Amino acid sequence: MAHQPVFGSVDDVAERLAGMGYLASTAVATTVFLADRLGRPLLVEGPAGVGKTELARAVAEATGSGLVRLQCYEGIDEARALYEWNHAKQLLRITAAQGREEWDATRDDVFSEEFLLPRPLLTAIRRTDPTVLLVDEVDKADVEVEGLLLEVLSDFQVSIPELGTVTANRRPFVLLTSNSTRELSEALKRRCLFLHLDFPDPELERQIVLTRVPELTGQLTDALVRTVGVLRAMELRKVPSVAETIDWGRTLLALGLDTLDDDAVRATLGVVLKHRSDAEKAAAELRLN
Amino acid sequence: MSDASGTGLPGHLVDFVAALRRHGVPVGPGESVDAARVLGALDLLQREQVREGLAAALLRRSAQRDTFDALFDLWFPAALGAGVSLVDVPRIDDGDDDGEGTGPVDVEALRDLLADLLRDGDEQTLRELARAAVDAIGTAGASGRGLRGPAARPGWSAYQVLNAISPETLLARVLDGLRSEGESDHVSEVRRREIRDRIARFRDAITGEVRRRTAEQRGREQVARSSTPAQPDQLEFLTAHTAALAELRRTVHPLARRLASRLSARRRRAHRGRLDLRRTLRRSMSTGGVPMSPAYRTRRPGRPELVVLCDVSGSVAGFSHFTLLLVQALREQFSKVRVFAFIERTDEVTDLFAPGVEPAGAMARVLREARLTAFDGHSDYGGAFGDFLAQHADAVTPRASLLVLGDGRTNYRDPNLRALRAVVGQARHAHWLNPEPRRMWGSGDSAATTYAEILPMHECRTAAQLADVVEGLLPI
Repeated sequence: MAHQPVFGSVDDVAERLAGMGYLASTAVATTVFLADRLGRPLLVEGPAGVGKTELARAVAEATGSGLVRLQCYEGIDEARALYEWNHAKQLLRITAAQGREEWDATRDDVFSEEFLLPRPLLTAIRRTDPTVLLVDEVDKADVEVEGLLLEVLSDFQVSIPELGTVTANRRPFVLLTSNSTRELSEALKRRCLFLHLDFPDPELERQIVLTRVPELTGQLTDALVRTVGVLRAMELRKVPSVAETIDWGRTLLALGLDTLDDDAVRATLGVVLKHRSDAEKAAAELRLN
Repeated sequence: MSDASGTGLPGHLVDFVAALRRHGVPVGPGESVDAARVLGALDLLQREQVREGLAAALLRRSAQRDTFDALFDLWFPAALGAGVSLVDVPRIDDGDDDGEGTGPVDVEALRDLLADLLRDGDEQTLRELARAAVDAIGTAGASGRGLRGPAARPGWSAYQVLNAISPETLLARVLDGLRSEGESDHVSEVRRREIRDRIARFRDAITGEVRRRTAEQRGREQVARSSTPAQPDQLEFLTAHTAALAELRRTVHPLARRLASRLSARRRRAHRGRLDLRRTLRRSMSTGGVPMSPAYRTRRPGRPELVVLCDVSGSVAGFSHFTLLLVQALREQFSKVRVFAFIERTDEVTDLFAPGVEPAGAMARVLREARLTAFDGHSDYGGAFGDFLAQHADAVTPRASLLVLGDGRTNYRDPNLRALRAVVGQARHAHWLNPEPRRMWGSGDSAATTYAEILPMHECRTAAQLADVVEGLLPI
């Protein structure tokens, strides 16, 4: 299994991601570069709405790879993550062969590639083109699924009892995301490089907002980002993330507001703060009342 | 690499990893090898990239990051000695007319420079200025007082620098300079907080710089031991300062979410528990008496009521607050939660911890609005338990679990075991959570050991310990 790094340097990563509209901090660029160079999966943890899933998409676009996505949820199992036998088709095949073929031949035939339904993990392993495998919200899956992931992530292979072991032709770039609703097992974490994706610094956030909502004026963006920065420093139940800043910008634009004065903030604070108690507290601390 | 260990970059890395382990970050040999490969792949001159790269290879959870950063700054310092600084500290010209003054530091000019930088928010230059300022006015200590040996060398003092510059006093001045006509309240409020944060970061830069210089002089080990921040869930409630407790409170919701999901996993597993013989036999009728599909007893999770009785006096307030927030975040696990606070007297404060109420100020409101003191405002466990039994005993129903929070320090007053025993007798379960280390129980005015004979007492010094205890207490 050949592994060819696609990125030349950390700066190369930052540049190519920026070309896809993803502005990466030093931390992001460095870890993506290392994950690619060392051929290791990258586990991205952080609050919702800081661009974890977006990072996978940007890496896929920047490297010209196909994106294979496995969305985890409570109760996801082998048949949804790895592969499944197409029972209906197997039955058809057996019925069609009745009386015309020996059973041994039929049995060997129904457990062949033709009757295999590959799910995301197997798909990603078997692809010959460059691939980015995104395992989204891995913390939502049960502990048993982590066991499944271990074989895929450390050896890049999948064992199918009836067929044998499928090994990756080309090592995919693997990205796992987690909202840390539960602790992942040490075994899984040990196989990955770890990136805690936090809120970007104000300058970077300003650029991100301007990239996403280019119609905003620089001055308004500046005011937005600074206000959000102050909100994040408060003790709130849910602090606003980058997605909320962008939403706020879009809202102001839609309302035709071009300055962030008291009335504008009061009217649109609900866009960034999702809990009523948070909104009340922020209004009081920002002296809006 | 075997002959290189102990020297050069590999040796330095191993040294760094050992320091991380000493500060409670579990790093295995596999991670060390990863870190070495990271160093091989990166440009070592890019310090921030090296920092992020090592963090990616060595850390496994975000709470370890502060510890890592503090140690990284010691093991991979940004500069040696005074370094090459782009900013110079203004000095009083001593007449040498060569442009560069060599006299004593002109503190007023330095403050002017700092005010300008704070206004413009130039973080890079602020850090440079911190370094230059420490170099110029940070030396303190015993030089010239007749001491010999290492003690005679000047030490570095953050206190001295901060005292001379006193950056906090610049806040009003910077704000005045920025204020424009007719701007709204919230704009100036946002700005005030921004400048305040910048000042706080400048203070941190000074402290960090002093740590670095001290480490050069006294050795990294000593500095690392004394001033590396602990991970939030390892913080001791009783000794943590206010800012650390505020930081800790931010982790309460993620913690509650983690507990709840662990609990639901436990419930799922416990779900298929014992065989239901009656239903299995009934079902086997359809297969001619052969029990083909066994039926299992389904558990009906009873959601208990919870009554929390907590000491909110100054000594344990941080612990009580955190625990109450955790209870509030977990309230879906209970059918009903009632909270009673006490110092000398007991009063119900359930309303102040209702859902939707702003959580951070809850403790201040408890102290302001509830009637808790009678005489001197020191906690009186006996009086409080008596009060609770007399007025709120009906809150403790046979379905209720009772949780008592406090250190059991009675200030040498009557512990009133009878009242506590009566309350505990009414409840279905009762537990006491004590933020003091176990070895301190029963020392001095602590009645913890006597109380522990009436109901099980658990040591909850840190958030991690508290989470373990609460998880064990929650119903399946």
